[in-house]
Amino acid sequence: MLSVKHHSVAYGQSTIIEDLNLDVGKNEIVAVVGRNGMGKTTLMKSLVGMTPSKSGEVSLDGIDLSNLKSFQRVRAGVGFVPQGRMIFPTLTVRENIETGLAAVGEKKVPEDLYKLFPVLKEMQNRRGGNLSGGQQQQLAIARALATRPKVLLLDEPTEGIQPNIIKDIARTLRRIRDERGLSILVSEQVLSFVMDAADRILVIEKGVIVHEENREEADQDKIASYLAV
Amino acid sequence: MFDGYTSSELMSIFAMQGFAGLSLFSVFVLMALGLAIIFGQMGVINMAHGEFMILGAYTTYLTSGFFQLYLPGLFGGYFFVAMILAFLICSALGALVEWLMIRHLYHRPLDTLLATWGLSLIMQQAYRSIFGAREVGVDLPEWMMGAFSVTDLVELPINGLFVMIIALSTAVAVYLLMYRSGYGKKVRAVVQNRPMAEAVGVNSAGIDRATFALGSGIAGIAGAAFTMIGSTGPSSGQAYIVDTFLVVVFGGAQSLIGTIVSAFGISQAQSTMEFFLSGSMAKVLTLLVVVGILMLRPEGLMALKVRR
Ligand SMILES: Nc1ncnc2c1ncn2[C@@H]1O[C@H](COP(=O)(O)OP(=O)(O)OP(=O)(O)O)[C@@H](O)[C@H]1O
Ligand SMILES: [Mg+2]
Repeated sequence: MLSVKHHSVAYGQSTIIEDLNLDVGKNEIVAVVGRNGMGKTTLMKSLVGMTPSKSGEVSLDGIDLSNLKSFQRVRAGVGFVPQGRMIFPTLTVRENIETGLAAVGEKKVPEDLYKLFPVLKEMQNRRGGNLSGGQQQQLAIARALATRPKVLLLDEPTEGIQPNIIKDIARTLRRIRDERGLSILVSEQVLSFVMDAADRILVIEKGVIVHEENREEADQDKIASYLAV
Repeated sequence: MFDGYTSSELMSIFAMQGFAGLSLFSVFVLMALGLAIIFGQMGVINMAHGEFMILGAYTTYLTSGFFQLYLPGLFGGYFFVAMILAFLICSALGALVEWLMIRHLYHRPLDTLLATWGLSLIMQQAYRSIFGAREVGVDLPEWMMGAFSVTDLVELPINGLFVMIIALSTAVAVYLLMYRSGYGKKVRAVVQNRPMAEAVGVNSAGIDRATFALGSGIAGIAGAAFTMIGSTGPSSGQAYIVDTFLVVVFGGAQSLIGTIVSAFGISQAQSTMEFFLSGSMAKVLTLLVVVGILMLRPEGLMALKVRR
């Protein structure tokens, strides 16, 4: 599925991601965990093409994405839910979803998206900017799903979300994976969320993957120690 | 400044100057619409916008000449053909200019200003070489001449009314395009967050080209309308560009209604005051009021409020 090889990203002189390798299998949910400033956002943005990569190769189902612009990567099957959600605040909920639909040449919001997020159907004529944080997160996921991705990238989806909703997001991700058969790469700092949602856990530190475990045999204390400040 | 006029004379003066202001308003609206959608989306101030308008005016001039020579029977309808031609020619040139020049300068606003200013000089010189330095005018078709007399003292010219209808219809069309079409949704997404719009699959470079073409095309319509109320010279666009900037900034660059209200206010103020004061004094007063209001509302008259 998604395959990242010898991937490096730099802002000017400072290299943030160095020779990173990772694979996300079909139908797999992989979590990248790491403390603030360890390069999670940089990794995600570079995978969707918002930030240029310095070297390496990113491919999806054997298709090389490295030289594509971000809108082309999206059309090739990369869905992106950014940190901070970044929905379009003055567009209505429906219009927000429709911007994603346009990428695959569709016009009407498919019912299955509203079934996944009923609250978005209720609020479809409200401006995105007037939704609560949790609702905006659902909207951002719906907008990304509207592009019919093969792999969904989510950058810290639990940031700024009430603790009781965090479990819902984990459940939603698993449901999306099961229903749509896509792969998910999610970056996180909240260990409980990761233990709920992921099949495999990678720890990133200063732009390098330093630890990797399957969820079943994961040593929570060890991962927690990487996340401790 | 009102000494020596009777009150009924004053009323008529206000009405007639108000109407003269409405013709000016129409041209302002059309000019400002084009400038504002380009500025709103790309942050590019197109200094050659006035020259695009003049291109539309010359297109209308040529079309009217063509009809007079070859299709005199259809002369009454030449304006509609001219308007469509003006739109098409100006938007084609706009797309070309965006592709050749503007897209390479998006991250350098100052350079864009210089480059489009250079372009405006080139276009003016081209007009001078092709059409000569003298102003040219078009003949109005029969049905556009004359005026409605409202009272003995107040007469409203038909060509002015007609130009106003064009301006308002164009504004409605732009509104529908921006708020009811797929293209408009993409434009609004790009305006709000360009990298994010790209990351949901919007080809923002393509949207930029389309918007530049659209804005330039509307300037062409402005030029066609302009021929109905004034004559066209190589540098006639210069007289309008500064006022148009004023309208856009005052209205708030992202707001269509703001642009229209601000065009209305500024054109009415100028035209009414010009009757009593000198033209430059009217400009100074208008400018003072605009600056004052902008100090209170830096985002313009009608900025949209939402949580970001
Ligand atoms: N645009 C930028 N220019 C220069 N340096 C940057 C830029 N964006 C991020 N950085 C730096 O890159 C490093 C990694 O940042 P990044 O945002 O990827 O971390 P993160 O793991 O997502 O952190 P957080 O958990 O706070 O979101 C940080 O040291 C940061 O200062
Ligand atoms: Mg981050």
